[in-house]
Amino acid sequence: MMNNPSTPAIQFDKVSRYFGEVKAVDHVDLEIIDGEFFSMLGPSGSGKTTCLRMIAGFDRPTSGKIHLYGQDVSSLPPYERDVNTVFQDYALFPHMNVEANIAYGLMVKNVARQERTKHVDEMLELVRLSGFAGRKPSQLSGGQRQRVALARALINHPKVLLLDEPLGALDLKLRQQMQIELKAIQKRVGITFIFVTHDQEEAITMSDRIAVFNQGKIEQIGSPSDIYERPASSFVAGFVGTSNLVGGEIAKRTTGSEQTFSIRPEKIHIGSVSDNPASGMISLDGVIRDVVYLGLFTRYLIEIEDGVDLVVVEQNLKSTSMDVLSAKGQKVKLSWHQDHISRVGG
Amino acid sequence: MPSKSSDTRPGASWGLKLAAFGTLLFLHFPMWIIFLYTFTPDETTYTFPLPGFTTKWFGVALQRADLWRSLTLSLQVATVATIAALILGTFAAAAVYRSNFFGRESISFLLLLPIALPGIVTGIALRTAIGGLDIPFSFWTIVIGHATFCVVVVYNNVLARFRRTNATMIEASMDLGANSFQTFRYVVLPNIATALLAGGMLAFALSFDEVIVTTFTAGQQTTLPIWIFSQLSRPRDRPVTNVVATIVILITFLPIFIAQKISAGSSETEGETK
Amino acid sequence: MLNRISTYFYQRPKLVLALFLTPPMLYMLVVYLGSLFSLLINSFYSIDDFTGMIVREFTMRTYAQIFNIANREIVFRTAAMALVVTIVDALIAFPLAYYIAKFASPRLRTWLLIAVTVPLWSSYLVRVYAWKLILAKEGILSWFIHLFNLTDALDWLLGLPGIGGSSLSLSPIGMFIVFVYIWLPYMIIPIQTALERVPGSLLEASSDLGARPSQTFRTVILPLAFPGVVAGSIFTFSLTLGDFIIPLTLGNSKFFIGQAVYSYQGTGGNVPLAAAMTMGPVVIMVLYLLIARRLGAFDAI
Repeated sequence: MMNNPSTPAIQFDKVSRYFGEVKAVDHVDLEIIDGEFFSMLGPSGSGKTTCLRMIAGFDRPTSGKIHLYGQDVSSLPPYERDVNTVFQDYALFPHMNVEANIAYGLMVKNVARQERTKHVDEMLELVRLSGFAGRKPSQLSGGQRQRVALARALINHPKVLLLDEPLGALDLKLRQQMQIELKAIQKRVGITFIFVTHDQEEAITMSDRIAVFNQGKIEQIGSPSDIYERPASSFVAGFVGTSNLVGGEIAKRTTGSEQTFSIRPEKIHIGSVSDNPASGMISLDGVIRDVVYLGLFTRYLIEIEDGVDLVVVEQNLKSTSMDVLSAKGQKVKLSWHQDHISRVGG
Repeated sequence: MPSKSSDTRPGASWGLKLAAFGTLLFLHFPMWIIFLYTFTPDETTYTFPLPGFTTKWFGVALQRADLWRSLTLSLQVATVATIAALILGTFAAAAVYRSNFFGRESISFLLLLPIALPGIVTGIALRTAIGGLDIPFSFWTIVIGHATFCVVVVYNNVLARFRRTNATMIEASMDLGANSFQTFRYVVLPNIATALLAGGMLAFALSFDEVIVTTFTAGQQTTLPIWIFSQLSRPRDRPVTNVVATIVILITFLPIFIAQKISAGSSETEGETK
Repeated sequence: MLNRISTYFYQRPKLVLALFLTPPMLYMLVVYLGSLFSLLINSFYSIDDFTGMIVREFTMRTYAQIFNIANREIVFRTAAMALVVTIVDALIAFPLAYYIAKFASPRLRTWLLIAVTVPLWSSYLVRVYAWKLILAKEGILSWFIHLFNLTDALDWLLGLPGIGGSSLSLSPIGMFIVFVYIWLPYMIIPIQTALERVPGSLLEASSDLGARPSQTFRTVILPLAFPGVVAGSIFTFSLTLGDFIIPLTLGNSKFFIGQAVYSYQGTGGNVPLAAAMTMGPVVIMVLYLLIARRLGAFDAI
């Protein structure tokens, strides 16, 4: 069946899932576009995993409908959906070797043995595990298990691939390598990927679009740069990267409105008190209260008023640790472009 | 799990070691005595030291048609009771594992009751029910009695295995396109197979030499344990009884040993991964 | 087709639960609890003294019979034996359980556990029979007693009123030894399980806080092993209470509960009296189980 390009891969229509009194997912509307790498980002308990489980079919919505390429799948069992999952703990079958694990989906569909072997070989090549077919999962490293799990899901050519924090168990180096690889594989197979993670950096690196979840609701959906540069709420501003939230009197003085806005630490420029602000720039006087030298860059804590501090990050382009550490106590003028602020309401 | 602390654990005192291994000896030496007595030429007493050495009683026992009948009956009863226990015990374990419903503790309790209450209670209770309903004693009355206490053995083994099995494996199987039946066949069954084997073997051993309940449900039929029991109170065929006792030990030892090795092995591997 | 059926059940988890639950529950409720119920009913029937037939009318007469002196003695004798056997089993089981749980290497531990559980599952009857050989007047134990010149001590022991008898194989002492032997594995396993759960760090903490080994043992290990002892005692107590094989094989003319029940229903044909008599162990065990649950023993089984 050809997919109409305008039909969303996944569509949530006021989907809720309650566990007793707890609203794990609360009236969520969502559209995931065919072929995109979509991330569900949020802290644990925010509802992202429940959403994933409902797409996979392990869980059913209490109310609302889930559509997969236009078809209502809300109450279909997992084996009747063209969706496959890479589990957080991989869930490889311990009693089967790598080949049998990968071929599982084809076996239960009664695909002939020869055909199966051919597809398994292709998949092993795709995830760069050729030669591992005879191993048992217990003989593989974490990264290798991860690839087997991926191959096992992809061999069915699902319309949508779900990934439930699949990189969580890997160490940092391997995780960064797998991020690049996953993205490359997604480009190659052209399947819609839905990636659940609590790691904002991971989401930003890999995704075409991100949905930020909080307490069963979606706070914001947008491209990584949207989410980062234009956070729609103070939650998003705080959860994705570090952010300075400024409101009240200072907001009014600088922007003309009391509405709270967010400004990223790296967008703020530290200048001398005598500098004159250029047009379109907002400026404030402050005192450097604390300096943390971090090698690649330095983090400053600058007090702009009693009890109100801003975090500012500057790259150590020319300065040495001696220079930056001696700046403590100095009076400075902070400035940023008015386009770099993002209204977050409140 | 005491896996890592083994390097640092203190040595046991000599007194404790002596007591521990003395107790083990106490547990095992009576069985060796039976082996020893199968070779006694003495027909009327249990004289020790043995007055001689003979192997003729094995031949004599083999000739006894009544023994063969009893042995066959016991094996048949144990086989059918084990099959019933495997089905009922696995069903109960699956139900308790699958869900968190209110009565799961009561179910464990109910299943445990036949082995927690004295065997004579189960026996006389079945006897009154059989008598009250005018059911004639038969092969099946014995099997029904045995199944009551064999179910819990399978149930315990299978439930323990379910609890150790990664639940996402079942989800993964369905996710990959396998329906419930395929998931059972390709994922669940291979995972619980050894637990079924262990539970089934213990149930078999339990049924094979059960005597207390059987006394009340067998009527005129003679299972092997009932034959031995009749020899206990009124010994007529001492040498043959020795041989029969040895045969019972041999028939039950292997399944019990294998079952224990399986459960010990699976808890060991669990210890490694945690 | 199978997919359809599978989906039908998948969408009805409660139905699946019911289907799983029905056969075992039906069996246990109908066959087992039904039988127990019929036992209860029968205990309220009585027997016609002339015809020997069961009179199916409600009466407390049978229960009254239980409280005659002979039967009271039987209950008391059995309960006393069960109690002593339980205590002695706990004392003997503890060192081995303690050694397995806290000192044996993982490999040795596996083998020791198998060495304890194999007798637990293997033929009870054959193990009783073994003791008939051992305790016989001309048997191996007497031979050893002669060897060490202890014949006088044995004669003195067998001469004691109440527990003595003509020989070890026909006396309460002999029965006691066999009971202790037969149920010992049932005591070792739960104690071992309970001790296994005592984390090593707890013992270290105790000695770190200045407790001497004997204090640690008394104040930490014993209390934590106690649920295991209670769990084990459920089996040793209950099994002794209802056993009739050992008294029949090794006892004298003085009855135990199981023996009495066996002969009332068998040779006596008095099913109501046998039923009423069994209610004794049932009541005792139910009370025991309830107390045991309070003491946390069920986790150790």
